[in-house]
Amino acid sequence: MIAKLSDATLSAGSVAVTVAIATEADLIRVRQALRAAAERVGLGLVDSTKLVTAGSELTRNILTYAVGGTGTLHVDEVRAQERSGVRAVFRDRGPGIQDVSAALTDGYSTSGSMGLGLPGSKRLVEDMTIETSAAGTTITVVKWGR
Amino acid sequence: MSAPMDETVPIMRIGDTLLIALQGDLDDSAVVRIEDRLAQEVARVSARGVLIDVSGLTVVDSFIARVLARVVSMIRLLGAQAAVVGISPAVAITLVELGVPMGHLDTALNAEQGMAMLRRLRRDAVRDDDRQIE
Repeated sequence: MIAKLSDATLSAGSVAVTVAIATEADLIRVRQALRAAAERVGLGLVDSTKLVTAGSELTRNILTYAVGGTGTLHVDEVRAQERSGVRAVFRDRGPGIQDVSAALTDGYSTSGSMGLGLPGSKRLVEDMTIETSAAGTTITVVKWGR
Repeated sequence: MSAPMDETVPIMRIGDTLLIALQGDLDDSAVVRIEDRLAQEVARVSARGVLIDVSGLTVVDSFIARVLARVVSMIRLLGAQAAVVGISPAVAITLVELGVPMGHLDTALNAEQGMAMLRRLRRDAVRDDDRQIE
């Protein structure tokens, strides 16, 4: 059974980390934070690599599209149905995604990139929710252990 | 916190083949700087083959993959052959799910097979040249 994000609870004694996203060097900090969380939760190498890669794509989206190219990543550990996972919340302060379903389509890009960041990231995690408005976008992804 | 490593990534030369081993976590501008250095080095030494070893990379996201594809095209334009080696199973699975098209890249499991592939690619290229002369 696939554990849903809505069933997830913060696991006791879990480590929460916040990473500010403002420059390209933060790509590396984001990857390190996600890799460390994946290790704490006990994700395997493939799942850890998928999570880190998805995080890399979502961070680049913030650097490319968000107001001032800035945002934050909040990482914590979640538990549901005896499973542990890593939850990563990417938040920026606008301008919002105009057309979410288009942005989730392979090859759609407003910046000349390959247009794989958002749809590709969605495939790499079990759970992705997008809340977006002119005031900002919050993308939450969860990678569950097996 | 690891410092940007691109300045320290050595480009090794074995005969007319260049070998570069990418390591660790690279941010976007580091990847682009390595791309520039590699293209310049291929031209400078008139290399005939380039082996790009990515086994030390902890992550290959769509940007890094795109630059890898671009540098391979560039190397071909400079008259050399290029092979990407050392894509780990975890990275391969991730790239396929991400949807990055890598099919046109010549890849091999490791450096040894990559060298053999470069030799084969060069033989084929020479044969094509001969055919055009005839």
